[in-house]
Amino acid sequence: MYSSTVMDHFKNPRNVGEIENADGIGDVGNPLCGDMMTIYLKIEEDVIKDIKFKTFGCGAAIAVSSILTEMAKGKSLEEAKKITNKSVAEALEGLPKNKLHCSNLGADALHLAIQNYEDKKAGIVRPAPKREEKHEHDHEHREGEKCYCPYCNVEVKEDLPFCNSCGHSLKTIQQTIQ
Amino acid sequence: MKQINLDYLSANPLLPEVQEAMIKAIQANYGNPSSPHQLGDLSAEALTKARESMARLINSPSPEEIVFTSGGTESINQAIKGVALANVKKGNHIVTSNIEHNAVLRTLRRLRMMDYKVTSVAVNSDGLIDPTAVAQAITDQTILVTVMHSNNEIGTIQPIEEIVRITRQKKIPFHCDAVTSVGVVPVDVQKLGVDLLSFSANQFYGPSGVGGLYIRSGTVLWPLLDGGVQENNKRAGTENLIGIIGLGAAADLAVRDMEARITHCLHLKKKLIQGLKETIDGIFINGHPELSLPNLVSVSIKYIEGEGIVLMLDEEKILVSTRSACAAGALQASHVLLAIGREFADAQGTLVITFGQETTEADLERFLGVLKTVVQTLRDMSPLYKK
Repeated sequence: MYSSTVMDHFKNPRNVGEIENADGIGDVGNPLCGDMMTIYLKIEEDVIKDIKFKTFGCGAAIAVSSILTEMAKGKSLEEAKKITNKSVAEALEGLPKNKLHCSNLGADALHLAIQNYEDKKAGIVRPAPKREEKHEHDHEHREGEKCYCPYCNVEVKEDLPFCNSCGHSLKTIQQTIQ
Repeated sequence: MKQINLDYLSANPLLPEVQEAMIKAIQANYGNPSSPHQLGDLSAEALTKARESMARLINSPSPEEIVFTSGGTESINQAIKGVALANVKKGNHIVTSNIEHNAVLRTLRRLRMMDYKVTSVAVNSDGLIDPTAVAQAITDQTILVTVMHSNNEIGTIQPIEEIVRITRQKKIPFHCDAVTSVGVVPVDVQKLGVDLLSFSANQFYGPSGVGGLYIRSGTVLWPLLDGGVQENNKRAGTENLIGIIGLGAAADLAVRDMEARITHCLHLKKKLIQGLKETIDGIFINGHPELSLPNLVSVSIKYIEGEGIVLMLDEEKILVSTRSACAAGALQASHVLLAIGREFADAQGTLVITFGQETTEADLERFLGVLKTVVQTLRDMSPLYKK
């Protein structure tokens, strides 16, 4: 089901843990597939000196967190911002279609942690992210990105509130970033 | 390292006697049971023998009331869609519970696309359905009530007899999805009084891809498959004779060994639940404490997610299932666990541990030892877990 790279990162996850007095923290979660992820950053002169993660989630979510920390470590913030869901999934040699959203979590958590650091530096205080019920396909689709029903794996057209194949409602609880 | 199979639910292992019966069936080079020549007669005899074995297992008064199918899913689809289509002029309402297997849920969802109405009666925190709630859900449009015998995720066994008393009185056909019960616990179609009952061979040490539907004579339903006149004109298509012979052999063994199997499994179940409670903190045992399958333990482990546990146990050659095995590809939190009041996140950390007559106490001890390490590893990674 998973590539050997995914299994390697799942079985021997890198950089698990927390960083005390972290410079940036990114918290994302999607209870639909049971994934919640926290990324901790230690930053010196706009370079990620250390990065740790804590993840509640499936094998894919743990592997995504692990490889993401390897990809980001030592990078400048500008470089780290260029890490995308796609590059994480590629580094893992692919993910099953219905697990691609796990890779979204990883990049999102990293970008949130960087934003958290930059906000602190600039003195901006943002309200804590709030979970609200939202339609799954309210998220923006990057060009060429396909979306699959998390229940039956069939491609979902964006304007449907339910999957045309299995009929499952695609309404879910999603994290929104304010 | 010995493989420890605690995922009997996904498919029971084939018992040696069943394997032998199937191998003999392959070597016998059977023909088509419908053919009028000698080879056809020989094949029809083998088919009849299996049907009689199956009838004994569920105490069907007449073997002709049993229709062989490709398994539990087909049986359930046949029962529900068959009754719905045959009664379209009488009404369009179906009553069910909110913890049914996807084979029932999705069949009903499909019917809803065709203007059928479905009322789903909620279970309590033990997973038990209240027969009076079923009675209240019935309208003058109700053409079918379908409730499972035992639940495949939490094991709770429903008060089918009480529900059937209500449907009998109102002359509404009753279908029972008994896939996880038949061959495991006593299921007597006469005592239960059901009109339709679905079962699958791979839940009682028979092969996958074969099962059946008990249809009380006089029950009106349309066949799902039209074609030849096989299976008493209720299921067209040449029979899967090798599979059905395997099912028959497994049914004979289930009749012979059921009591011993139940005793063995109940002993293991008690040990396992006790062991889980002693080994791991922050767990819930799901399902009714007494009215439950003897071969199933459902445990929700807080702060971690089930797939990770399954993959890590697999590395140690221990096989378990998280939620419904059929949901392994789907990512939704189990509707059954949400129905009994589990939190979203706790539902994700749920294992379904199923076992059988080959399982030993030593197997469970090794499982508990490995599980303890796996749970700690995953909890150390989890943002939800605070020491």
